Amino acid sequence: MSAEEMAIEQPASFAFTPNNLAVAQAVIARYPTGRQASAVLPLLDLAQRQCGNWLPRAAMDCVAEMLEMPRIRVYEVATFYTMFNLKPVGKNLVQVCTTTPCWLCGSDKVVKVCKDKLGIDPGETTADGQFTVVETECLGACVNAPVVQINDLYYEDLTEESMGKLLDDLKAGREIKSGSQKGRQGSAPQAMAAVTVGRKD
Amino acid sequence: MLAPHDRIFTNLYGHESWSLDAARRRGVWSNTSSLILKGQPWIVEEIKASNLRGRGGAGFPTGLKWSFMPKPSDKPHYLIINADESEPGTSKDRDILRFDPHRLLEGALCAAFAIHAHTAYIYVRGEFYSEAQTLQKAISEAYAAGLLGRNACGTGWDCDVYLHRGAGAYICGEESALMESLEGKKGQPRNRPPFPAGAGLYACPTTVNNVETIASVPEILRRGAAWFNQFGRPKNNGTKLYCISGHVNTPCNVEEAMSIPLKELVEKYAGGVRGGWDNLMAIIPGGSSTPMLPKDVCETVLMDFDGLREARSGLGTAGVIVMDKSTDIIYAIARLAQFYKHESCGQCTPCREGTGWMARIMQRMVKGDATIAEIDHLLELTRQVEGHTICALGDAAAWPIQGLIRHFRPVLEQRIEQFRKQAKAA
Repeated sequence: MSAEEMAIEQPASFAFTPNNLAVAQAVIARYPTGRQASAVLPLLDLAQRQCGNWLPRAAMDCVAEMLEMPRIRVYEVATFYTMFNLKPVGKNLVQVCTTTPCWLCGSDKVVKVCKDKLGIDPGETTADGQFTVVETECLGACVNAPVVQINDLYYEDLTEESMGKLLDDLKAGREIKSGSQKGRQGSAPQAMAAVTVGRKD
Repeated sequence: MLAPHDRIFTNLYGHESWSLDAARRRGVWSNTSSLILKGQPWIVEEIKASNLRGRGGAGFPTGLKWSFMPKPSDKPHYLIINADESEPGTSKDRDILRFDPHRLLEGALCAAFAIHAHTAYIYVRGEFYSEAQTLQKAISEAYAAGLLGRNACGTGWDCDVYLHRGAGAYICGEESALMESLEGKKGQPRNRPPFPAGAGLYACPTTVNNVETIASVPEILRRGAAWFNQFGRPKNNGTKLYCISGHVNTPCNVEEAMSIPLKELVEKYAGGVRGGWDNLMAIIPGGSSTPMLPKDVCETVLMDFDGLREARSGLGTAGVIVMDKSTDIIYAIARLAQFYKHESCGQCTPCREGTGWMARIMQRMVKGDATIAEIDHLLELTRQVEGHTICALGDAAAWPIQGLIRHFRPVLEQRIEQFRKQAKAA
């Protein structure tokens, strides 16, 4: 259960862009008539993307109106799920998984690299608004631990060096590549000889 | 060792494309309509006979679950596929979503038909963004090829499959919380009865199955229950995806037969324990909720539902977390206690208060800032939470601590004594 507080400074209004409005209508159509409230998670996600990765109250109100839900029901949802950011976050939201499987593989060091390179503690945003770092719960990529999620994508099999390089590249505005940072294919054991993946006869 | 041609998940590592063409070359969607035309009772009986048990953690017999669905009436039936994979140590469904989504969609059609459902929702955890994108593309491909939608795959059965992304809540992997979430509410579990087969999503008959369960269905139907039955011990049959993480040389996912010895799994596929088998301290065998096993149990235990239950643990999701002798075993469990505190939905008092209480005591146990009597106090607390909540999250929070105390009480005592000595000296 997350119980993050909403930002104090809030924009006065919110409306979906015409494109996003069309997307929202298509999403609502996936659910039976009268069950449009089912679309609340996808619509809040859409609103958050439109607002630069955070969810102002005006956006929640807009979604409430579209889905004919009482506002409080939407606030309840927005505060319950951890992926909704109720305050602005940095351009790069770095979520370091520190749950036991990642911890066993050195997530402490990954957290430390973030602190050293960015000069902030978990939960803080850099002064230039480029980075927010948070410690997060299990991301479900445990055999590729340690793992961080930066905005939408996973960066896996990290070491101090590769995590440092990711942050350096982001700072310099260079592209970074998601997935294993050791060049591993998916979740395969590195010594592939043990497992031959077979075709059907 | 499971022969390559007996693997269901032949693109587990993504060496080939996930696309429809590539999936067809792997045999997916090859004779789906002929399977479905054998009829609903045949499918349910075949799955029953295969002894397939749910791969999401609880291990409930899949065919039996399907048989609970009522006869068709004016109420729609729903299939929900649970892809809210969030149990620490578990990362198998992700590989099906991103590397073999058509196998899942083919299973969705077979299962939806078997339970008289025309609509299936796949609830994918929100963090799996690129996985969800791949799945959505696969769904679009399947519609374009006539495999889903009206008269799906030429079977005469209409079947719509929709992707629904979550937004970050472990509890939504619990089936009734998932349905609440899908209805647009906070993910708080429901009291049972009513069970989902009676009143599930939108109060309509619903079956909720795990991704791996559903994705296994078409191969079982194609090859027959007897093929699936040859693997594993009775009532524990089939092949299974195992995730091996932590202190091993080559952490990986692998598909193997059920009932494989834990030691063989770790040594053969994960390159063995870091520093050798003798450097092993303990293994959590089935995702974070299952109590850990000390090395002597790991020597012989078999990876199946019954074997691990006899060892007072569980197969769970088969997320194997290996810890070598360098591990601060108290911290490893304290971190899980913190996880469960974070993920408690707050609905039931024993869980909401208990998970925080357990986490706070565990934090002190890490330092040793406690009394010996508090170990029993903590154990009693876990028993007060266990079994006293609507859903299994309370149990899941209690079990890892119970496992720690059962097998590593001397370590807890030693830590406390050490802390006292240091405090005295200071």
